[in-house]
Amino acid sequence: MMHAQEPRPWIDIPHLDQLWFQVAGTRCNLTCCHCFISCSPHNRAFGFLTLAEVQRRLEESVALGVREYYFTGGEPFLNPQMTEILKLALNYGPATVLTNATVLKDEWLDALAQVERKSLYSLEFRVSIDGFSPETNDPIRGVGTFARAMAGVKKLVEHGFLPIVTAARTWPLDQDREVIDAFLQTLQAAGCTRPRLKILPTLQLGAETERTGGYRPGERVTAEMLEGFDRSQLVCSQSRIVTDRGVHVCPILIEAADSLLGQSLAESLQPYPISHGACTTCYQYGAICTNASSRPLRPEALG
Amino acid sequence: MNGPLASATRIALVGGLYSNYLALAAALSDIRRRGVDAIYCLGDLGAFGPHPDRVFPLLHESRVQCLRGNYDDSIGRELADCQCGYTDPRDNHFAQLSYEYTLAGTAAENRAWLRTLPGVIRLELGSRRVLLCHGSPRRTNEFLWESTTSTHFLEHLLHEHEADVVCGTHSGIKWRRELSQGRLFVNVGVLGRPENDGRTCVWYAILSAGDGQQPTVEFVPVEYDHRRLAAEMQAERLPDEFAETILTGWWTTCLEVLPAKERRRGRL
Repeated sequence: MMHAQEPRPWIDIPHLDQLWFQVAGTRCNLTCCHCFISCSPHNRAFGFLTLAEVQRRLEESVALGVREYYFTGGEPFLNPQMTEILKLALNYGPATVLTNATVLKDEWLDALAQVERKSLYSLEFRVSIDGFSPETNDPIRGVGTFARAMAGVKKLVEHGFLPIVTAARTWPLDQDREVIDAFLQTLQAAGCTRPRLKILPTLQLGAETERTGGYRPGERVTAEMLEGFDRSQLVCSQSRIVTDRGVHVCPILIEAADSLLGQSLAESLQPYPISHGACTTCYQYGAICTNASSRPLRPEALG
Repeated sequence: MNGPLASATRIALVGGLYSNYLALAAALSDIRRRGVDAIYCLGDLGAFGPHPDRVFPLLHESRVQCLRGNYDDSIGRELADCQCGYTDPRDNHFAQLSYEYTLAGTAAENRAWLRTLPGVIRLELGSRRVLLCHGSPRRTNEFLWESTTSTHFLEHLLHEHEADVVCGTHSGIKWRRELSQGRLFVNVGVLGRPENDGRTCVWYAILSAGDGQQPTVEFVPVEYDHRRLAAEMQAERLPDEFAETILTGWWTTCLEVLPAKERRRGRL
């Protein structure tokens, strides 16, 4: 493990593949106990992005050859311009929105389904549900949230979408198979005939720090750990995120003081020295933010 | 790595053979009838189908110039898995069955030959610079799907790799995107399995570009004895799910990687 005086490894970004938008800031209608940026109805630390601001960034992204766009919060659909933002993004490239699915309205989904049908690109809905039952989900996300989120999943399916249900792994890794099977059965029973599931590792940041105690001071990625490692697995080697403060290194670290890399996308494409505990989770699991599921890349490094 | 440089105006591009030697034989026969200057294979010779060694003599007899897909890299070097990068346990289960069968059934001389294949091939077609790859020019196992690849990303990729046309196969469903200044990206499709549309045919592509002409691509369907292939897969005790795909035209495995639009076109 790294000592304080060791230099931090620098991660290059050869190409900006994914551009993220913190479109709802830190505002959420839920207050989940594992939220890595402590989003809640009252957290105004980061504000909404406007349609005009998103458009300016999308235009900026064209020259950089960005491959796809992701929209997150907080709860993106608390942003009153969210539907318009997604409709606009689908003119530029594939779009994914991360939602808790508890506030979706039929009229929004009707409009989005129509626009997606005409677009070259996929619109993906990622729905956060952290257990396959009220008993497993609600202690994490709040009373009644399982039923509300499942109603949202059904609504998405009725509008022709194929939501990707995203669950943070709050169970031991060796129980993956049983939990995933139970999840798939629950989704199928709810009418989701082609269930898609993405399992995420938990990040010991924000509200989750109170549950787990956070990362230990020595838990850092060292230069030695990166020898022979496929750096493209690290989110900061291919992504950046726009907030109302500027462009940050990755969606996980927006609250870290050193995460703000500039005001323009081009300016943000500089190497980043990884020094945070959360970087070890990214190192251990890979692909933690994109739509593919994540699995331990180095199970031996998990101890 | 650069492959041989050829001068031609019309080439056939096959990819993703997945040991489907019956479809390969049918495609090569069709290609001979149509007439082309050269035939290229964009990798993944093995996987999924029966009798992995049977595609090799067909490729050699027709002088098909091959590049190395992720499967070929794994089989050639006897790695632990196919490097498709699936994370869904069910997809990985089937992928591993297929990989172990293919590795066990590929002769040492064929594995040695796979190790000699280039990662990309560059050639000139008319006056156009063509780059052939497996997944993308920057990564052998990168999935470039039609619905999750922005046009400006493709413009960037062609610019970075100094190509007017880029062709790949890895994701397994054919598509094309016309870009600025007559440039073109093509996924040539695969011969190994149907493309999740309920049809049993498989696909290859013919790319043409005369001097001073814009490049054009024609996708060609290949009908072959798919019932015989499915029977041979069952006789080899490959999973019934694989034979079902061959018989119905619907994918039954490797579904996790499909984006929403491509997934919706399928049945599962």
